[in-house]
Amino acid sequence: MQAIGLSFIDWVIICVYFAFVLGIGWYLKRFTKNQEDFFLAGRKNSTWVAGLAFLSANLGALELLGMTGNTFKYGMYVAHFYWIGAIPAMLFLGIYMMPFYYSSKINSVPGYLKLRFDEKTRVLNGVAFALMTLLVSGINLYAMALVLHTFLGWNWDVSMWASALTVAVYVGLSGLMSAIFTEIIQFFLIWFGLFLISILGIIEIGSLQEIFARINEYSQQISFTTLWATSSDPTQNGMFIHWGGIVIGLGFVLSFGYWTTDFLVIQRAFSAKDLRSARMTPILASFFKMALPFIVIVAGLIAIALSNDPKSGFTLLHDGGQINYDSALPLLIARYYPSGLVGLGVTALLAGFMAGQAGNVSAFNTVWTYDIYKAVLNKKASDSHLLWMGRVSTLVGVALSLVTAYWAKSFPSIMDYMQAIFSWVNAPLFATMLLGMFVWWITPNGAFWGLVAGMLSSFTMYLAVKFSWFHESIITMSNVQSDMAANFWRAWWAWLICAVVTIVISLFTKKREKAELVGLVKGLTKENHDQAIPFMKRPEFVAIISLIVLIILNLLFW
Amino acid sequence: MKPIWYFVGLILLVIGALILLNGIYLLFNPSQRTTVLSEIHPDIWWGAIMAVFGGFMYYKTRKETV
Repeated sequence: MQAIGLSFIDWVIICVYFAFVLGIGWYLKRFTKNQEDFFLAGRKNSTWVAGLAFLSANLGALELLGMTGNTFKYGMYVAHFYWIGAIPAMLFLGIYMMPFYYSSKINSVPGYLKLRFDEKTRVLNGVAFALMTLLVSGINLYAMALVLHTFLGWNWDVSMWASALTVAVYVGLSGLMSAIFTEIIQFFLIWFGLFLISILGIIEIGSLQEIFARINEYSQQISFTTLWATSSDPTQNGMFIHWGGIVIGLGFVLSFGYWTTDFLVIQRAFSAKDLRSARMTPILASFFKMALPFIVIVAGLIAIALSNDPKSGFTLLHDGGQINYDSALPLLIARYYPSGLVGLGVTALLAGFMAGQAGNVSAFNTVWTYDIYKAVLNKKASDSHLLWMGRVSTLVGVALSLVTAYWAKSFPSIMDYMQAIFSWVNAPLFATMLLGMFVWWITPNGAFWGLVAGMLSSFTMYLAVKFSWFHESIITMSNVQSDMAANFWRAWWAWLICAVVTIVISLFTKKREKAELVGLVKGLTKENHDQAIPFMKRPEFVAIISLIVLIILNLLFW
Repeated sequence: MKPIWYFVGLILLVIGALILLNGIYLLFNPSQRTTVLSEIHPDIWWGAIMAVFGGFMYYKTRKETV
């Protein structure tokens, strides 16, 4: 069923967007002269540019649609993904980890593993990460085609190929700088394109308090409008999760595992012009991350309130008897937006999808070129050859994303794999990075086998539940849980297994000399950055402000 | 190289102006497709906000290079 029709002006706006991104890619090509320009945008971005790009690399349309839909399904608890599930990790990255990442002049996160441990650990993570980016890029492409087909009636193949070719052109021409420019444009288009839904929904219903009141009236047994008050009993909240799962699984493992180790976002911080800007990048981004629930969560709550009012005429789409939760945002666009604004809303979603692909492709081409090709296949490659390889791997990465997208199309529930993929790769990697940066006696063999154990255990737990080898209550330690809760707990166990195996094997294997680890491990590194700057201008002070805002928001919506 | 804010301002100005002008057109030539809250004309004031915001960014950065 087609939910949104496009008029002439909507098509004009969409074409303006495509013309802009292609034009920017062409314009920036003359400034992309070497491999540092292509892979790290010349390392000359300001805090604001790197910070908005850092956030936008994470903010894809898949997340916007999915999280609005998840809010309809689970309620206010989805805000945890934007608050406790992001902010502490972002601040930790900026304050404690960025000095080691940035100062070691590495080109990628696997590059840090090479310096701290050894080549085999780097290659293991490089291969896992490269596969993950291709999978996620393909899922983005598939999800975009699904949305455009379902809500606009667009042809599958045309949607996927048009988007893939556009991304291939502008990233192939100018690398990370192009990806960053379009990500920042995407950030503004998303705010202007989608925040209006929250404003109009609140105007229609009356107030945010009225929205909460209507939802509470219809759902008196399970709370959809609280954040923590009902978290001590999983049967009382829409996500069926205990606060332990939120804090440990999401707030610690999944959150830190993603924000402190995923090269897709960290690559944007590497493009900053100096260490202080790099440290400020995730801290600045944290403020905008905290504001996103005012688009995503409020829209989902508006959809719940409208759905429970028969007079509103608002109801989500159904596919074969199942509710299509992802239809919440597109249907709200169709409800409130006249022509012109519809074009803006669709462009915001398109921009989000394409930025998600571009981000994953630019991360892929960097990890492939430095951590697999140069590290293993061609160690003597020249700078010009690496630049050429970067462009070629962009085209190959986009082509492989198309293959992944068509493969994803053949499965009915591929969307479920997104969070699972992060728990397979990022959760155990976080244990490796945390131990590597803070414990000098962790050995290369400990790190390698810990990472293997963590990734294998996470994948095994996923298969075990999927094929009923055992019940997922063993993982979640609760008889009542949602798929989301199971993801959180699985990430925690993968992290723990990786950490334990790493420590045990390190106790019995050869340690590296302390002198070799200076600049890579806290405690062995003299840190005197920002000492000359007044405290109120330091990243630490801004991080404290961010933390205070986080606490206030959690108390306000307790 | 032009700063990113130049391009952000330009695209917001262009798209905002298109939405605003279309909104004014729809004021005198209403569409058959009606939307909730169409009587408050969100396209006109939101398009104007976008165009002003984008125009300001573009104007401030039009002579800058980085």
